[in-house]
Amino acid sequence: MPKIEVQNLYKIFGNNPSKALKLFQEGLSKDEIMAKTKNAVGIGDISFSVNEGEILVIMGLSGSGKSTLIRCVNRLIEPTDGKVIVDGTDVLQLNKEGLRECRRTKFGMVFQNFALFPHRSVLRNVEYGLEIRKTDPEEQQKSAIKALELVGLSGWENNYPEELSGGMQQRVGLARALALDPDILLMDEAFSALDPLIRREMQDELIDLQKSLGKTILFITHDLDEALKLGDRIILLKDGRKIQEGTGEEILTQPATRYVEKFVEDVDKTKIITASSVMKKPRVVAYYTDGPRVALRKMDEEGISSLFLLNKNHELRGVVHAEDAAKAIERNEKTLDNIVVENIQTVYPDAPLQDFIAEMASISFPIAVINEQSKLLGIVVRGSLIAGLAK
Amino acid sequence: MAHNTISIFSYEIPKLNIAKAVETAIDFFSDNFSPLTRAISDILEFFFEMLVSGLLFFNPIIIIIFITAIAWFVGNRKNGLLAFGGLILIWNLGLWEPTMETISLVLISTTIAVGIGLPIGILSAIYENVYKVVMPVLDFMQTMPAFVYLIPAIPFFGLGPVSATFSTVIFAMPPAIRLTCLGIRQLPEQLIEAADAFGSNQMQKLVKVQLPLAMPTIMAGINQTIMLSLSMVVIAAMIGAGGLGSEVWKAIQRFKPGAGFEAGLGVVIVAIILDRITQQIAKTEKTK
Repeated sequence: MPKIEVQNLYKIFGNNPSKALKLFQEGLSKDEIMAKTKNAVGIGDISFSVNEGEILVIMGLSGSGKSTLIRCVNRLIEPTDGKVIVDGTDVLQLNKEGLRECRRTKFGMVFQNFALFPHRSVLRNVEYGLEIRKTDPEEQQKSAIKALELVGLSGWENNYPEELSGGMQQRVGLARALALDPDILLMDEAFSALDPLIRREMQDELIDLQKSLGKTILFITHDLDEALKLGDRIILLKDGRKIQEGTGEEILTQPATRYVEKFVEDVDKTKIITASSVMKKPRVVAYYTDGPRVALRKMDEEGISSLFLLNKNHELRGVVHAEDAAKAIERNEKTLDNIVVENIQTVYPDAPLQDFIAEMASISFPIAVINEQSKLLGIVVRGSLIAGLAK
Repeated sequence: MAHNTISIFSYEIPKLNIAKAVETAIDFFSDNFSPLTRAISDILEFFFEMLVSGLLFFNPIIIIIFITAIAWFVGNRKNGLLAFGGLILIWNLGLWEPTMETISLVLISTTIAVGIGLPIGILSAIYENVYKVVMPVLDFMQTMPAFVYLIPAIPFFGLGPVSATFSTVIFAMPPAIRLTCLGIRQLPEQLIEAADAFGSNQMQKLVKVQLPLAMPTIMAGINQTIMLSLSMVVIAAMIGAGGLGSEVWKAIQRFKPGAGFEAGLGVVIVAIILDRITQQIAKTEKTK
């Protein structure tokens, strides 16, 4: 069962939401609905689920409804229609007290501009959620100090937020959410207000933290690079509609619409596209039983100048070049043992292109893609790599 | 006949008798609620007498040192010296007793005005409906000439300091309400969202987030309320409030510009001292 399940969620701002909702379902655009009913569609017909321990990134430009969406999940904004099921309970059906209880126990939220309480010290900020939950004061302090340790802010307990840099303030924001040990973290453009270097550092730290904590995270961003870096899966929003859902690579390699295509245009694809999506099946390989003559003939037939050699267990052993094979024939050798080049660069299928693109420029044969058992899965030749980047 | 009506062509529209309605209402209240107004009157009068006789019980020099100390420690040395010099001057001019009366009236009026104004301000910040009702009433209260409040006070509470307190409270309360409401409403949306997102209930949100953050603005409102109280307490001398106001009033009636100026100077000194002290409190609240 998914941790969070959002079903057909709508938020329409204005005084005639039912009419706007109907027009939306008829397929009218946000602007047309605005003109007709004076109602603004925040989000329309959004469905998705988040699995336990997963980071789901909701991405879109401003006005796409992403902030509205995340606020609908914990009802900081009251949705117009739909369901938000968390651990089997529909959050939208809860009464006021039930909702408060749910917010106290299930959700931790991190805000774009940190939203720290300026009149409280760092420690007291982190304690806030626990205080609301009315936990024992000693316990409270312990959890808060632990959370601060987790984000690397030990020793800053008694400082005030304004004395901290932006990055540190957001660490406090993160600690405040983590102190409650909630299952779910809602992160609303959490790193967008930070400068790029700090942002990257925070992203790395979140990834590290996530490895040990395994929270279910709903992360909002307008930054595609951030989405690709953090997201196990990504949902793209435009004008309140979901236009694509998938892994970063799926979105880059198979954009659903022209809009997504334009959106992903500027991405540094070498970071995202992996070996598996640009590799192709080797048309021919040399087997351990082949001698130099057979190998050379195979190369001739395919018009290539090197062959990968597999051993008895079909594991990759190395590469054989045409000129070495020709010399071996002259020396009348029967096996490829003397001429095989071992210790060649290989990559796993999930390696991003940037890890081996430089290597490719310096060698004359393709890069072998292998799995953990050293089985040859495919090869990356320059042509397919360039084609992959140009897509 | 003609002066009581507006004539449009030949049709005559009778004058709306608002004055009569107001008088009927006041009569009704003073007839039917006299036990209540008497009780309020007795209690207030008791407090007023207590405060004045308390202040006059000590030698003026003790009070002067006490107020100087407050101004000094809340603010700085300059404020302390200013208060000291001012109070010595008042003493020297022979205005000590009326000054203590005025300060007592201001303290009591302000306490009541803030005690009523703060909760109303909080409610109108939280509930849109309350806001919609309260704001026009405040506009009305603030634009109605201050003297008008003096008149109904008399049938309720008779001549004297209690009537003065009543009209002063009405006159001085609006800024306490307005700035409390504003202080809470203007807080960054994100902080309120954060408080909500962690599951705070209304009371927790108010006590832990809204009030502490709105405190500088609320203090500014209280400062305004004190200043307005002071100006109204002077005007209220017309209905027997006593204090520095009645010194001014006497000077007007006997045409003694010199004495009027001296009493006026006393009011200014009290105003400066009260303003400096409360502003300093607001400032330290802000930098906390």
